[in-house]
Amino acid sequence: MEEFQEGTQKRWIHLRNILERPGPFSRPEYVPSPEILEFLLTSCKVLIIGAGGLGCELLKDLAMMGFRHLHIIDMDVIDLSNLNRQFLFRHKDIGLPKAEVAAKYVNARVQGCQVVPHYCPIQDRSEGFYQQFHVIVCGLDSVPARRWINGMVVSLLCYDEDGVLDQSSVIPLVDGGTEGFKGNARVIVPGVTACIECTLDLYPPQVTYPLCTIANTPRLPEHCIEYVKVAQWPKDNPFGVDLDGDDAQHLTWVHEKAVERATQFNIKGVTYRLVQGVVKNIIPAVASTNAVIAAVCATEVFKIASTSLVPLNNFMIFNDIDGIYTYIYEAERKVDCTVCSNIPQLVTVEDPSKMKLKDLVELLRESPKFQMKSPGLTTTVNGTNKTLYMSTIGAIEKMTKGNLTKSLLELGLKDGQELMVADTTTPNAIIVKLAFKQSDTEMK
Amino acid sequence: MSSPVPKSPEQSEKSRKYDRQLRLWGDHGQRLLENSKVCLINATALGTEILKSLILPGVGSFTIVDGEKVTEEDIGCNFFLEYESVGLPRAQIATQCLLELNPDVRGDYIDETAEHILSNTQNFFKNFTLVVATGVSEKVLVTLSKHLWECNVPLLVCRSIGFLGYVRLQIKEHTIIEAHPDSESPDLRLDIPWPALQEYLDGVNIEQLDQKEKNHVPPPVILRYYLNKYKESHEGKLPEKRVEKEALKQMIRDSGNSEEGKQRFVLDENFEQAIHYANSCVTTRAVPDHVQVILDDDCCTNLTQSSSSFWIMCAALREMVEAEGALPVRGTLPDMAADTNSYVTLQNIYQKRAQQQVEVIYRRASQIARNLGLSQETITESEVKYFCKHSSELHLIRGTCIADEYQKTNLDLTAYLEDPDSLIFYYVVLRGLERFIGEFNAYPGQFEDQVEPDILKLKGVIGKLLSEWGYSHALREERVYEVCRYGTAELHSVSSILGGCAAQEVIKVITNQYKPLNNIFIYDGINCTSASFCL
Repeated sequence: MEEFQEGTQKRWIHLRNILERPGPFSRPEYVPSPEILEFLLTSCKVLIIGAGGLGCELLKDLAMMGFRHLHIIDMDVIDLSNLNRQFLFRHKDIGLPKAEVAAKYVNARVQGCQVVPHYCPIQDRSEGFYQQFHVIVCGLDSVPARRWINGMVVSLLCYDEDGVLDQSSVIPLVDGGTEGFKGNARVIVPGVTACIECTLDLYPPQVTYPLCTIANTPRLPEHCIEYVKVAQWPKDNPFGVDLDGDDAQHLTWVHEKAVERATQFNIKGVTYRLVQGVVKNIIPAVASTNAVIAAVCATEVFKIASTSLVPLNNFMIFNDIDGIYTYIYEAERKVDCTVCSNIPQLVTVEDPSKMKLKDLVELLRESPKFQMKSPGLTTTVNGTNKTLYMSTIGAIEKMTKGNLTKSLLELGLKDGQELMVADTTTPNAIIVKLAFKQSDTEMK
Repeated sequence: MSSPVPKSPEQSEKSRKYDRQLRLWGDHGQRLLENSKVCLINATALGTEILKSLILPGVGSFTIVDGEKVTEEDIGCNFFLEYESVGLPRAQIATQCLLELNPDVRGDYIDETAEHILSNTQNFFKNFTLVVATGVSEKVLVTLSKHLWECNVPLLVCRSIGFLGYVRLQIKEHTIIEAHPDSESPDLRLDIPWPALQEYLDGVNIEQLDQKEKNHVPPPVILRYYLNKYKESHEGKLPEKRVEKEALKQMIRDSGNSEEGKQRFVLDENFEQAIHYANSCVTTRAVPDHVQVILDDDCCTNLTQSSSSFWIMCAALREMVEAEGALPVRGTLPDMAADTNSYVTLQNIYQKRAQQQVEVIYRRASQIARNLGLSQETITESEVKYFCKHSSELHLIRGTCIADEYQKTNLDLTAYLEDPDSLIFYYVVLRGLERFIGEFNAYPGQFEDQVEPDILKLKGVIGKLLSEWGYSHALREERVYEVCRYGTAELHSVSSILGGCAAQEVIKVITNQYKPLNNIFIYDGINCTSASFCL
């Protein structure tokens, strides 16, 4: 009762006009009523993934749009270079967890708001955690993390015996991304619209420099820096640890060596800023683009949660390099998507006596369809579970390393064999089915 | 032997804080931003969102002009106000909340309406780099627009209502040096090489190189070699048409080695790249139209003491173009397959030429400035460097005055009104909304029991506006209805979208980098679409 009265406060007049008055563009089945605002204020739960440039904006936007039961998850701490756009953080907060500082600030500013912070990787939370939300919205700069949460929301889908999707198991995912003055926002209805994995080819591959160029014919200052990073650092190991792009001492060393190398080749232009950019793979970022993309995402969360308007279907592109430009289109589902299609993933093997396990691992890493990071493979041979290869756990890596150079036949794998493939890009193992072009009977 | 390494290459605290944006507009863009003074009229949710995205990247200072007191309604959509501040001056509270965002930014406020200041403090707005106005009435907007047009201070007007909004930029003259186009073809000058370049390029006989040398030679050398051969067999003419370029490309392709046992030619990467560059880099690089317009402009040909450094540099550039028939060379090469030594040698040839041309323009521009009686500092070498390097990206925008748009009886929308779904109709509806507020002193749909009657009234106002402009186009009625149901609703997320867009336009104007909106942007949050129009 108390809460209901709160919905009538003058403060909410903006949302009330939108939600309680019929509109010509509202969904035809939408019934305007004060209950919708009440739902947003008291029951609707939204998860924000990432408390960075987009995350800070999303938290503010959603809190101002009547959402109170907000959770925000981020594993990072605040860095000085965040302060030009991550506006919930101050200089004194450097080193503190982003999620916690952001939650505290918004709870203090927006009366009634109850943001719950989670200072951990998204992988640390279980299905049960993710299941509690009505909508999940991502402000991430990492593609693997996006793929992971996408795999999670798809895995939460329930189908009945006839294969009909149980609508109550659907948690819409709203995703935003920015780079400089460009950005995009998208709405994913798992099991219904294209998912992250369906459109994996939209993410440009990271800039890499061919090894032979950086070693033998460097031409750009970037080539010199990359050489120091990938060749000189592991060889000299000046500090006895891996290169840390956030350690000024490390960067200074790389800078010094890169300048030396550049001088040797008469290449100009190695600066400290460039060293930082190459070593840390820095993506330029500015407050305005983050504000725009986060707010587009928040508006879509509002449409979905209130059911008042049809959400974006399903992809928006933004660019304000030349004037202000936006474009929307419908990204299409991939019929054989590794995550949302329910079709076992066939891998065609030309010759199982020649294909080594390492070739299969390579294929899972390199093919545009899988793009895995460090796939771990297990299967069942003669009724017992067998780990073929796993690189993420040291002891098992050692034990299974020998399998890499064995052929699929030598490992006892058959045509039609199903392999369970685990990877950091997905919360659940993907089933890969081997299809031998030459069946074993034809073999000598 | 290595050159001395600077003792402490680590950057200052400030450049570390701004690192992610300095990679976009550079230290020189940042300097302009930090020297700028922005005024915000009315600290609405939209207004504070705009300021937020200016304060974070480090605008020099801001001043808020707002005579309103904080209301409960404000708290519901404006993040930069506090619940406890209801009843206090909105300008003061917003200034306090915003200043927290960046200690490098100065901010102050005036607890007065813009209308009051316009009629009482003559030169108040003149001192700003740019003025942003939100939530102003039609009457104030017209006065303000006229005044700022006369003082030559850019004005950005922004409105957010329900799911809709617009951004309108009024700027008399805006010049852009770095437009940062998304993609650019390299500036190679293979058709008209200067002596040093020609000597290098023509010193290589591709066909006499051994295999190892062949796959190390830079693509421009390959392209130039076959271009010469092409010209020999085509009466000295350059390939211009598609088929002609294809013939040139085929010549390069035919030079490949036939792989043993196979019936196909294999090309090294540098030869492939030479073929790629053949599309865009063999025809004469004409001065782009948008640059020629600038060189022919009155401001360029008739300099005065009040001419900006941009126009003085343009006058020097004009002389160079007249003498040499081309813009200064950009001086940078994209990465291309080649061995280190040839690549670096070639790059140095381009760089040296660019540096020489910078010096010519710098000397000439300084001389012109002196002749005009201007001080030595008017032209700086570093500015000339950017100017020359980006001379093919120069742009000029001459805007229009908002007051004219409001006072004109024959606003020309003909081209836009053809399409009944065009977002220009929201411009018409929002103009109607402003007129409505002026006439009835309330928003349409502001009062619960007045929504239906207000729809009729608003339709009447819009119909009158259209007929004033001489149009009889029918408006999709739902659009009028939609705006009426909003009443005074300002949605925070929609204001945040518009705020981000508007702030970036301000930064473009201040830094003279990237092309700003010319001149009106309409956003439709219902469909996530937008459009820009020039009025």
